[in-house]
Amino acid sequence: MVIARALTLTLIALLTAGPAFAQVSDGIVKIGVLNDQSSLYADLAGQGSVVAARMAVEDFGADKKGLKVEIIFADHQNKPDVGSQIARQWYDADKVDMIVDVPNSGVALAVNQITRDKGKAFVVSSAASSDLTGKACSPNTVHWTYDTWALANGTGNAVVKTGGDTWFFITADYAFGHALERDVEAVVLKNGGKVLGKVRHPLNTQDFSSFLLQAQGSKAKVIGLANAGGDTTNAIKQGAEFGVVRGGQNFAGLLVFITDVHALGLDKAQGLTFTSTFYWDADDRTRAFAKRFAERNRGIHPTMIHAGVYAGTLHYLKAVEALKSDDGTKVIARMKEMGTDDPLFGKGTIRADGRKIHPAYLVEVKKPAESKHPWDYYKIRATIPAEQAFRPIDQGGCPLVKK
Amino acid sequence: MPPGQEVGRTLTLFGVPTQALFGQLLIGLINGAFYALLSLGLSVIFGLLNIINFAHGAQYMMGAFVAYFCLQWAGLGYWWALLIAPVVVALTGIVLERTMLKRLYHLDHLYGLLLTFGVALVIQGVFRHRYGSSGLPYGIPDQLTGGHHLGFMFMPNYRGWVIVFSLTVCLATWYVIERTRLGAYLRAATENPALVQAFGINVPRMITLTYGFGVGLAALAGVLAAPIYQVNPLMGADLIIVVFAVVVIGGLGSIMGSIVTGFALGVVEGFTKVFYPEASNTVIFVIMALVLLVRPAGLFGRTT
Repeated sequence: MVIARALTLTLIALLTAGPAFAQVSDGIVKIGVLNDQSSLYADLAGQGSVVAARMAVEDFGADKKGLKVEIIFADHQNKPDVGSQIARQWYDADKVDMIVDVPNSGVALAVNQITRDKGKAFVVSSAASSDLTGKACSPNTVHWTYDTWALANGTGNAVVKTGGDTWFFITADYAFGHALERDVEAVVLKNGGKVLGKVRHPLNTQDFSSFLLQAQGSKAKVIGLANAGGDTTNAIKQGAEFGVVRGGQNFAGLLVFITDVHALGLDKAQGLTFTSTFYWDADDRTRAFAKRFAERNRGIHPTMIHAGVYAGTLHYLKAVEALKSDDGTKVIARMKEMGTDDPLFGKGTIRADGRKIHPAYLVEVKKPAESKHPWDYYKIRATIPAEQAFRPIDQGGCPLVKK
Repeated sequence: MPPGQEVGRTLTLFGVPTQALFGQLLIGLINGAFYALLSLGLSVIFGLLNIINFAHGAQYMMGAFVAYFCLQWAGLGYWWALLIAPVVVALTGIVLERTMLKRLYHLDHLYGLLLTFGVALVIQGVFRHRYGSSGLPYGIPDQLTGGHHLGFMFMPNYRGWVIVFSLTVCLATWYVIERTRLGAYLRAATENPALVQAFGINVPRMITLTYGFGVGLAALAGVLAAPIYQVNPLMGADLIIVVFAVVVIGGLGSIMGSIVTGFALGVVEGFTKVFYPEASNTVIFVIMALVLLVRPAGLFGRTT
């Protein structure tokens, strides 16, 4: 069967291919936004991160200061090999000085190592794995927005303390999911809770019914979703269908973004409680940012990732300005010396292990009746102060700290 | 690590309680219903037009979007969408067939495949640009919310509806093509179009309508999927590759083959999610490779 053979070959080609549109340019300070532009993380990072980086350059006033800054972007398709290849090409051939964002911890860990080898700079906003400031920490990396430890600490603690002491994990089967599951499990066990089971699903799964059935069979009080983006929304949506909450179990969305809440609708998302380090409707400065941002991003309001890309890029440019150099290792060192100050996260610091420190919020999704205007989704239930929000520096196993 | 170790005395199979397995069997059949409906459309199109329709996933997605638009713009709910979406999407398919596909019938299969693949990329790109990638909400119709306890699992009413409805559509399609006079014309027209034309039957129009019907089936599956998954521009892109594998396993162009294989592979995939969930999105391709080694024409395909 010639046709079957041709079709088989095409299928194999399709399984390994995807859209790619790297933009290449030349300049003095060149910043590359590397993320998922086309798949399940494209709304929570994607073009929004490019918009955020461009806004940071504008607000920094690069033009007035005579500093030429260029932003380019590419789609890593959630594949570490594709991401690594783009990062190498950017650093070696395209004179990129700093890479920012990089959702998908698998890709981010690869870029982390390449950046270190090349002596460039890496500002992480999307990727969550706490290993980036733990055993994989690097003098060339700053981890800005949040990490799996902070999520576990915020959400995990809150859930266990309100009676959710038996857990079942539905985990995305790659570096991020594993790290998040590990960090949450530690919090659950520390607080006297128990983990009754776990199941690992491939990234970008459409149907969760099988996993939900296993979770229901476990009789755990809490179903912890150690995944993100489309995987989380699909699991919650189908969980409603299978009567998870009516059956006496609750979801703990361990990483939920405002774009996920928007996609689910308040009707399905109401009551979800999770940790976020940024909410656009927190004060006048964040609201002003969100308004400008949404106008340029199809009305989508900024996620904490977009905020982190903006603030991280802004701080990077300040360090370049102060240093009058874009040498990656030196700029990252300078970023750690300088206190941070931006309209979205306020004043903060960056530790020796690369961890940016700021407060985190425990938020609850509003009921449809409580939401007064578009994207009015969160109630801030508690603020976790900066010094408690992240893993203590001596517990991450970062070699840079011991020195 | 499947649940149930603590159950103790219940009957277990490979460490999994048989009750949980019943649940997974049913879930597999539900997912199989989607595979069957989609691969059926592909088989009809391939069997009668010799076109490998790679736009099928995009047309499935369009079906879900039309359902969403019906609700947003016209206030028409699920039941109307079930009627309107297949017709609307089938019309776009007919336009595609009339303006582009019909020029390719005398060429190699690969041309049709490349054209429809390109069209799918364009359609998906446009929808993604306009509506983003995280999807739009679409609820379950009021009549089908809730569910029943079957003893071994909680069965949502909507999933039950999906399985019954798609099985009905599949069998009806099989019956029309294999057992009625209209189906006989269709099959004859693919064997020898000139002769059938000589009997006074408008073959080009029949082919156009057949393509429209196959596309309509994809859109129908899209409407069925909308309340379960997010209405997402990429919902078909991920599915179409699996569905093509189903078609290849079943045997290209075999109507019954695609129905049976669709349901069977849904079940196989469901069980994989219990015993080795990490492999759940590769198991179908492993089976495809094995089947092609042993029976290159697929399980139900005729070697020609």
